[in-house]
Amino acid sequence: MAKSTARKKTNTVRLKFDTSWSYDPAPESRSAASISKQYDLFINGEWKKPSSKKYFYTINPATEEKISEVAEANQADVNLAVGAARQAYEKTWGKMPAKERAKYIFRIARIIQEKARELAIIESLDGGKPIRESRDFDVPTAANHFFYYAGWADKLEYAFPNRKASSLGVAGQIIPWNFPLLMAAWKIAPALATGNTVVLKPAETTPLTALKLAEIIQESGLPPGVVNIITGAGQTGSSIVNHPEVDKIAFTGSTEVGKIIQRAIAGTNKKATLELGGKAANIIFEDAPLDQAVEGVINGIFFNQGHVCCAGSRLYVQESVMKQVVRKLKDRIASLIVGDPLDKNTDIGAINSKQQLQNIQKYLEIGKKEGAEIYQPSCSLPRKGFWCPPTLFTNVAQSNRVTQEEIFGPVLAILSFRTDDEVIEKANNSPYGLSAGVWTDKGSRIFNMTRRMRAGVVWANTFNKFDPASPFGGYKESGFGREGGLHGLLPYVNLK
Amino acid sequence: MAVASSGFSLPEFSPRIDQVGVEERAARFTKRSIKNDSKVQGLKLVLNMIDLTTLEGKDTDGKVKQLCYKAMHPHDALPGLPTVAAVCVYPTMVRVAKKALEGSGIRVASVATAFPSGQSSKDVKLRDTKFAVNEGADEVDMVISRGKFHAGEYNFVFDEIAMIKEACGEARLKVILETGELGSFDKVRRASDIAMMAGADFIKTSTGKIQPAATMPVTLVMLEAIRDFYYKTGRMVGMKPAGGISKSKLALHYLVMVKEVLGDDWLNNDWFRFGASSLANDVLMQLVKMQTGTYQAANYFSVD
Amino acid sequence: MEKRLEVLKTYKIYIGGQFPRTESGRYYIPNNASGKKLANVCLSSRKDLREAVVAARGAFGGWSSRSAFNRSQILYRMAEMLEGRRAQFLEELVLQDSSRIKAEKELDLAIDRIIYYAGWCDKFQQVFSAVNPVASSHFNFSVPEPTGVVGIIAPQGDSLLGLISVIAPVIAGGCTCVVLASETKPLCAVTFSEVLNSSDLPGGVINILTGKPSELTSWFVDHMDVNAMVYCEKDAVVQKMIRERSAANLKRISFYDQVDWQTEAGQSPYFIMDTQEIKTTWHPIENIAGAGAGY
Repeated sequence: MAKSTARKKTNTVRLKFDTSWSYDPAPESRSAASISKQYDLFINGEWKKPSSKKYFYTINPATEEKISEVAEANQADVNLAVGAARQAYEKTWGKMPAKERAKYIFRIARIIQEKARELAIIESLDGGKPIRESRDFDVPTAANHFFYYAGWADKLEYAFPNRKASSLGVAGQIIPWNFPLLMAAWKIAPALATGNTVVLKPAETTPLTALKLAEIIQESGLPPGVVNIITGAGQTGSSIVNHPEVDKIAFTGSTEVGKIIQRAIAGTNKKATLELGGKAANIIFEDAPLDQAVEGVINGIFFNQGHVCCAGSRLYVQESVMKQVVRKLKDRIASLIVGDPLDKNTDIGAINSKQQLQNIQKYLEIGKKEGAEIYQPSCSLPRKGFWCPPTLFTNVAQSNRVTQEEIFGPVLAILSFRTDDEVIEKANNSPYGLSAGVWTDKGSRIFNMTRRMRAGVVWANTFNKFDPASPFGGYKESGFGREGGLHGLLPYVNLK
Repeated sequence: MAVASSGFSLPEFSPRIDQVGVEERAARFTKRSIKNDSKVQGLKLVLNMIDLTTLEGKDTDGKVKQLCYKAMHPHDALPGLPTVAAVCVYPTMVRVAKKALEGSGIRVASVATAFPSGQSSKDVKLRDTKFAVNEGADEVDMVISRGKFHAGEYNFVFDEIAMIKEACGEARLKVILETGELGSFDKVRRASDIAMMAGADFIKTSTGKIQPAATMPVTLVMLEAIRDFYYKTGRMVGMKPAGGISKSKLALHYLVMVKEVLGDDWLNNDWFRFGASSLANDVLMQLVKMQTGTYQAANYFSVD
Repeated sequence: MEKRLEVLKTYKIYIGGQFPRTESGRYYIPNNASGKKLANVCLSSRKDLREAVVAARGAFGGWSSRSAFNRSQILYRMAEMLEGRRAQFLEELVLQDSSRIKAEKELDLAIDRIIYYAGWCDKFQQVFSAVNPVASSHFNFSVPEPTGVVGIIAPQGDSLLGLISVIAPVIAGGCTCVVLASETKPLCAVTFSEVLNSSDLPGGVINILTGKPSELTSWFVDHMDVNAMVYCEKDAVVQKMIRERSAANLKRISFYDQVDWQTEAGQSPYFIMDTQEIKTTWHPIENIAGAGAGY
């Protein structure tokens, strides 16, 4: 029997993890998902061979194995897709009673729910995210998004006081690789609800769930051409953006590409929604519920390997609790499990691509050169595939590049502050303004902070929460327009 | 109000707790998938952490003896099983249990201090405790004075725990907060801190007489209090959720929680216990299922 | 008896509540249709613009955090001041080629338009906000917030009404602005800045420059501390330039080239929303004792 006073020196106290009882592998079964060897382009309700005759591989970033090959759409294919969308807009979708449109969207939501497990597996295989996240977050939220917007279709007159909303026409939508299915839902659902038709291009590293969604759309009986899903890389995206018959561009991705799009559509009547980068400040005051704050920080930066535009990548901790918070963070990341995305116990999966991994590694080097202290837990990483352990940078300055630039990986920069004014100034000291977080027990401070932080989404005593009913989008160089909620309708309508 | 006798004042040491955050975190432990060997190992660990409990007005020598036999021989059909950690009884039953368990290594825990309400005088509580210890209790499960706690008389609560701790001598003291009567996680955290500061060897959620008893969120709040206390003082304090944990799957979730909050040092019955009576048989059924591959029925497992 | 010599007015620019001349020392002389010289008007330079943006940025914090009610009162006060100087505005409007009747009408509309937006200051937030019923235990709401410093190239026609119609929604929403007045008809804009200075509007909230859009528009668009641009002409080349170059810091762009400021369509809270951001805030809701509470 242990002595009741197992006293050790405070400064050597360390919690120990993962020595005796550990979890056996609990892999989700890959066989529950059917993936074709080859995917064509989904245009006008049918699968069409690419006129380029070219296909490219999509790989599993956890193993570097090829999963499938997908068509590369060239200008001719984009023309076909946009033509189909235009035709559908004018002949069927634009004329359909709104309540009927709604029912199609509801139907898509239901089929996503029915195929949730399969979609989750494919999402994790193709993108590297942990199955826990694709199963519990990406896929259900995608279905919920369709469900939410379906109901808006025949209620638009209540959304815009004293105005009549009309649809725009054909929406060209380009989505990133971090939440492939969810971003497709964020784009397609409001576009359809407001009576537009769609040409959507998923990211070239993560096309499979969007193609699966195309199958679902086909199954739903949605009229041909209302949603067209075509695959390809930057050139395909550029063809969509520049197509004269496209009335609206919705883009989620890097600020760099967002600016290119903004320039490209200058001189046209195309409307745009840009949802771009971020470098969110997450602020912990000394009176915060610290353990929940630490969990919020973990969720804020390590969710989806940090491949999140609103990731809480700049942590500001009030100096009086700095040591305590850093210690808790270190202990917390010791219990994070990095590895096979399909394992139900995995917390941090694979980095989405080799290119992204190199980018993250570049920043790790920059951080070290800048004099920041790096901390990574000792965890064994698989040999093949793209991996980055959860990383903390301490001893960081506001002027460091790891504080200022978006890394888009599991890398957290930790800074200290003393007063409310100081931290607000530092938090807003960024060209981005997508999201922010604040942790404090004091109500009046919460309202001051949430008001003064220049960001489109502010989480107080929570972080990285999303909901179809909640608008999302940024200030400043994080883009413009909102997705989600009532405010997510506006980018898809003209008001008269 | 400062607690003069101990030299600390409350607002300084007990952080606030956000309920929604706690529940989200607690829910996340339940997402761990425990399979195969880790499940068998985990279940055996759970069995070995159980304080097999009978705390009824109608308890008799006979009942306690049977319970003790079960504690030593959980399911002889399955060889290689550990025993439970302790048998938990009223003070009057300590002597019987002590004798029945002799040589088994299983400890005898006794509730004390006017269990379960704690509504009695200091003197009575002290004598209650000393009686249990003199009868041979290895461990004492006391209750805090919730009324005084709610009235803000924290130094009373502190002093009482310190007094009982002294009366325990060599016996280890578990301090029952009766979280179901405290009303908020903030108060659970505060009570946990008071108990540990006053010398508790274990903190324990519930008497089992009040609903809600142990839940994962409330246990998480207490585990985090233990962690902060350990950070601050280097002294380990044990945790005992009690009441409401009757299924193996839930018990495994608790193990995951202990492992990921406090680490491996706490993953043994010196530092973690389940206060439960029906949990043991569910664990046994699962273990037999793991061995045989077939689902089990309650009739094949002795009730006590 | 000798005829009294009239004291002529000097038309200066308005930056940070001050009336400097352009730092460049340059001026230009717009003529009206009958060829009469209107005045020696400051030909503002990019450095004037720079100073004006600094003033507008400096004023933004205070103006945006004033109570909406207070902003409303200040706008109302502006209308009062404008009413009080009718004679001068009428004279200038007529000098700038308006008829007496048209000038009266434009002035009436301009005053009423400020009143209109004075009323919206503390109401548009209610109309365009939402409490969002999220599926988790969180309180979630979305509210409009001013986007920051707005660059405005004012309409070339409707030199008073147009100017007021584009400024009023911007400041009603809590933004601050730098405005380039009508190049050919700048007089009312300068006189309006005198109105502003005698109202309770803090210096820097509205900054008014005179000069040439052809010279200054690109400097507005390229300025990294301007958050939004309002442009009112149909010039497709300029519109394209604005959209293209504003990408540098992703300015919010509004083109009001189809708006008839003389009509009801020239006013609405949607103009305010054009320079607003939507901020969504989340906070957990404790659910102790609620159904299914884990406590």
